[in-house]
Amino acid sequence: MRLRLVPQETNWDFFSRSRLWLGISAFMIVLALVSFGVRGLNYGIDFAGGTTIRTESAQPVDVGAYRAALAPLELGDVTITEVYDPTFGDDRNVASVAIQAQEGQESVTADTIAQVEAALTEVAPDIVFASVESVGPTVSGELIKTAILAVCLAIGAVLIYIWLRFEWQFAVGAVLALVHDVVLTLGVFSELGIRFDLSIIAALLTIVGYSLNDTVVVFDRVRENLRRFKNRPLKEVLNLSINGTLSRTFMTSLTTLMALIALFVLGGDVIRGFVFAMIWGIVVGTYSSIFAASATLLVLGVKRDWSKDEPQAGTQFGTPDA
Amino acid sequence: MLYIPLWRRILIWLTVAVGLFLAMPNFFYGRVEQSNDAEKAIEAGLSTEELAAQAAQWPSWLPDGLVNLGLDLRGGAHLLAEVNVADVYETRMDGLWPEVRDTLAAERDTLGFVTREDSAPDELKVRISEPEGAERALELARGLARPIATLSGAGASDIEVTADGPVLTIRLSEAERAATDDRTVRQSLEIIRRRIDEVGTREPSIQRQGDDRILIQVPGIGSAQELKDIIGTTAQLTFQPVVSRTSDPDEAAGMGNELVPALDEEGTYYILESAPVVTGEDLVDAQPGFDQNNRPAVTFRFNPAGARRFGDYTAANVGAPFAIVLDEEVISAPTINEAIRGGSGIITGNFTVESSTDLAVLLRAGALPAGLTFLEERTVGPELGQDSIDAGTVACIVAFAAVMVFMALSYGLFGLFANVALLVNIAMIFGLLSLIGGTLTLPGIAGIVLTIGMAVDANVLVFERIREEVKTARGPARAIELGYEKALSAIVDANITTLMTAIILYAMGSGPVRGFAITLGLGIVTSVFTAIFVTRLLIVTWFDRRRPKTIEV
Repeated sequence: MRLRLVPQETNWDFFSRSRLWLGISAFMIVLALVSFGVRGLNYGIDFAGGTTIRTESAQPVDVGAYRAALAPLELGDVTITEVYDPTFGDDRNVASVAIQAQEGQESVTADTIAQVEAALTEVAPDIVFASVESVGPTVSGELIKTAILAVCLAIGAVLIYIWLRFEWQFAVGAVLALVHDVVLTLGVFSELGIRFDLSIIAALLTIVGYSLNDTVVVFDRVRENLRRFKNRPLKEVLNLSINGTLSRTFMTSLTTLMALIALFVLGGDVIRGFVFAMIWGIVVGTYSSIFAASATLLVLGVKRDWSKDEPQAGTQFGTPDA
Repeated sequence: MLYIPLWRRILIWLTVAVGLFLAMPNFFYGRVEQSNDAEKAIEAGLSTEELAAQAAQWPSWLPDGLVNLGLDLRGGAHLLAEVNVADVYETRMDGLWPEVRDTLAAERDTLGFVTREDSAPDELKVRISEPEGAERALELARGLARPIATLSGAGASDIEVTADGPVLTIRLSEAERAATDDRTVRQSLEIIRRRIDEVGTREPSIQRQGDDRILIQVPGIGSAQELKDIIGTTAQLTFQPVVSRTSDPDEAAGMGNELVPALDEEGTYYILESAPVVTGEDLVDAQPGFDQNNRPAVTFRFNPAGARRFGDYTAANVGAPFAIVLDEEVISAPTINEAIRGGSGIITGNFTVESSTDLAVLLRAGALPAGLTFLEERTVGPELGQDSIDAGTVACIVAFAAVMVFMALSYGLFGLFANVALLVNIAMIFGLLSLIGGTLTLPGIAGIVLTIGMAVDANVLVFERIREEVKTARGPARAIELGYEKALSAIVDANITTLMTAIILYAMGSGPVRGFAITLGLGIVTSVFTAIFVTRLLIVTWFDRRRPKTIEV
């Protein structure tokens, strides 16, 4: 007996409540934007500039004592957080000390870092500084610009590709789904206050790629079914296509999620935020390619006479062995 | 119907074999690395039995390309430095001043006295005491300009001179500035490379970024600070004429002069002429040695141009002191006993054997032409990197096992075929990474784990399609064929879009993020290859042997 995630034959109606789904998505997006606007993102040093120091010691981390030790140095905004990971033993206590960018300095000077290290060593004599990273305001400003540009470029490239391979309605649907995923991911990061750094941008772009992957598979089937069932209403064709690809959608999302969850649990705390972003992105990406992308297609409508072979739209690839 | 020509079968297996072959050294990472290092040392002329034994640990006919580990995995320091290219303008202006002074002074009758005025560091302001001579002065100063070759064509010269009454302003032309900037950055890059090489750390990466930045990554170094010390932010060697000696740090140095503290004697300052006689750039060699009294010293040799200037100066100034200045500090200020011809000399001072060796190294590597501002610095300890590798490995294995079990449960025999392809896929990612000398970073490991999850996607697309076709198609062979045929456009579209984002990430990202883009991109290419070719070949081979009447996917 084979493992089946969804019944062999499904005939679920995904669009009887299409208004509801679009409404939920719209509501979530508004919620995410409000959270983004009110709380803002917890920018890491890549984007905000400043210094983070990762400390490790056998003694438990006493955040209060660390803070007291650093107070006389007058470094402005200093954030000290204890880092917890199930793989750490009792004698491994890790903390992360974040120091804001210092006025008028390109990056935090060696003296400042030496002072911080000396002050912390007094609190915990066995302390080790596992990593020290410092980014100046010039670079962090550029990194923000590049990051935004990268995400926009990716979305733009996708828009053009889908438009060339399908029809413009598909492209709009796919891009709306992408924007939906990116905004919801930003919303989760601002709401939970997870540190937002350069690697999260990589995660965002991967989500863009993945969500698209899903959307394209559904759209590919829609295109095929539009050719086969020329007279069926669009809504039925869409339903048929989503049901037809449902099993695959679940399989792929699940294998990817399993791999990512393994990384989330076992991969260490350094990349946990990054992996979290991807897990979240895959969940919303799967949702959006079924609901947001296809519902958009239903609202926009599609040109139906696919039977006439148009070379620029809907070109099928031949098989390599044919 | 399910026919794959022999040559194609051979090509597919050959590709897989090459991939596995290239990936192999990575499974013996420590041993291969040691062997490679030993071979390099032997090539460099070192030869001991121990090295030979280490080199022999890995047969030379096997591939020895390894995946480079990024700084976040290996530990080390990362520095992004901006070269303050404008520093050089100032040096150029200071260097130009004696030339301008001498040229104008030659016509004292019409121009009067020539004095240097206070000005912005990147220009030279000269006042003449006879305003009527302004036109002539302008002409003379313009005569000092040298033509430069530019891409845009002829007609450009290196300096621009303007006159405002009796005051001449000289500055570098735009074209000359651009050329100077480029030269400065390239020179800085070369000097940094040489200094880091002198210390002998392994596999440093020193690259130019953009117009005026240099990215330095050195694995295995303790901290970014250590790296900065090696690079030496402002090591500049000059030989300057001494005007006077003083103990007052606030004494006015006067126009064209500067006040420089002595290195060894606290509270002693020298007033020096700002324009150096010779600079470290003219130095061709420096070696640690001893002076007549057997105290550690550094001997040096100038190039012919430097030797001539030094010889002329010393001949004209016997009995006067001159200063050897390093990093804005006077190392020593000996008195010139006789003209020093031949271009070699000795620096004495309060050296120990060690400090004279250090200074010689520093001088040999040359001075940085301009100061550096560090924009970004990161240090990762080796333990943290090792932890990340360990955690990443465990996560990879678990992810792998989970996905494989899941695929086998879902698709039975076909799932096993997909699993074989998945193994080949991962090996090929490593093989390709080693081949192109790609760098594996922590996000890169995440990229591999993500690939494990997503690589099965192409297979899943095909298998689901075959399942559907089994219901309607005539016979299993036709179902398999149709399954591949119909799934192909979805596979291609889906992967091209993901590949586009990987390429954008690679182009826009840096460091760890770029590492992620590499593994993601390679993973897409290999997973499409393994899904369309390898799994298919496995299925077809199996089908040919068994000829089942029905298939269950």
